[in-house]
Amino acid sequence: MDGKLARIVPPVLVIALLIALWWFIVARSDSPIFPTPWQVVTGAWELVEDGTLAQHIGASVFRVAIGFGLAFLVAIPLGLWMGWVSSAYYTLNPLFQMLRPISPIAWIPVAILWFGVGNMSPIFLIFISSVFPMIVQTTVGVRTIDRRYLRAAANFGVSRSVLFRRVVFPAVLPEIIVGMRIGIGVAWLVVVAAEMIALNSGLGYLIMDSRNAGNRYDLVIASMIIIGVIGLLLDGATRLLERQKTVKWRYVR
Amino acid sequence: MSDKQIIVEGITKRFGALPVVEGVGFDVRDGEFVAIVGPSGCGKSTLLNIIAGFERPDRGTVTIDGVRRTGPSRNGIMISQHGSVFPWLTVQENLMFGLRGTSQADNTELADRYIAMVGLAGFETAYPHELSGGMLKRVELARALVVKPEILYMDEPFSALDALMSLRMQNELRRILDEERHTVLLITHDVEEAIFLADRVLVLSPRPTAIQATFHVDLPHPRKLSSPQAQSLREAILKELGL
Repeated sequence: MDGKLARIVPPVLVIALLIALWWFIVARSDSPIFPTPWQVVTGAWELVEDGTLAQHIGASVFRVAIGFGLAFLVAIPLGLWMGWVSSAYYTLNPLFQMLRPISPIAWIPVAILWFGVGNMSPIFLIFISSVFPMIVQTTVGVRTIDRRYLRAAANFGVSRSVLFRRVVFPAVLPEIIVGMRIGIGVAWLVVVAAEMIALNSGLGYLIMDSRNAGNRYDLVIASMIIIGVIGLLLDGATRLLERQKTVKWRYVR
Repeated sequence: MSDKQIIVEGITKRFGALPVVEGVGFDVRDGEFVAIVGPSGCGKSTLLNIIAGFERPDRGTVTIDGVRRTGPSRNGIMISQHGSVFPWLTVQENLMFGLRGTSQADNTELADRYIAMVGLAGFETAYPHELSGGMLKRVELARALVVKPEILYMDEPFSALDALMSLRMQNELRRILDEERHTVLLITHDVEEAIFLADRVLVLSPRPTAIQATFHVDLPHPRKLSSPQAQSLREAILKELGL
């Protein structure tokens, strides 16, 4: 079997097996609430047909895009600065190390208080959850640049701007991409949690609404699967960045 | 100004309470190849780093072309054991990194000429992780040479290579030095490498290091290490090193 098949066939088999098992158990137990895989598919299809599924997906993805985008714009310059300037690092790092372990869920009441129940709350929560891992990763990246590269740059007497563009930034780029992967993963976790509590759109809302409006567990399960698939796609997209020729050196070996 | 390009006077350096270099002084003429050998851990690299301007001595001065050395300069490029070829740039981009010409076309042409000179024509757009250790050393050498430095500082440049590749690189370096005139300061623990390449060999003592002996190698290139003169020189140097 060639390499590509070996990476596709076994995981697909495992998932197929799980679905078969699920079907079998539900059929045997005659559960009045828990759906069979086929009920999930037909339930989801209803939402596709009336267009609400696309709306919910769009709402969630939009919030992640804005929240993560803002976090990226703040974290990368801040992380580079903290990594390069020691006084900035010693001043700000303890604060960020303290804020980082606070679960984004704990911020939900604060977010509702500050921003109400509109789009701003989840965007704020996504920002909070993804900004710290990206700051930390970027900072560590700068601080662990191999000294021999900085020495070589100093040896050739290049200007500060060349040093930054041609040495510091490319040296840190692989770490930045790792930070982005962590950040986007957390952002996706958080948007669903935030939507379950405060909103009337998005995949998180869809889960809670389906349960509350007549125990539509087929839609609950369908949303969960869609959340998983989109998470996989987001991670795959950031993985594509790791394939770039200019960062590959960091991941080979 | 005298013909002495590098003047090292009374260099002393300690790390904390540990004296590493103790009063080292010597001169290097323009175009001369000086090898420095010594037991491992004796402070050879520290001495070279001070001369190249990467570290400050506690006492003593380094004067290059009549000017007191205060920091690194593109006039003298360091090539070290572990190498510092930028892995995120292609071979060609690495060579162009230090170039100052404003014409991109000229820079590219110059880079490609040196890539060919070290035998890497055809690898211009390759990334370092696609190259072997020996090829990386060639890139490093070419990147140093392309900015036309007067001095090359080499800190055990070939010691991470296998024995065969190391010999090949020594030959290569000698060939290049016949084409382009450079002053070279080479740190090595390989006595044969020193005899094969250098005009003069300085033997350093154990830490805190000082110059223990000086040998002149008055043999024409290309040198045969099996010649009686080279062999007796080798034995004399090894004796200084306590072997």
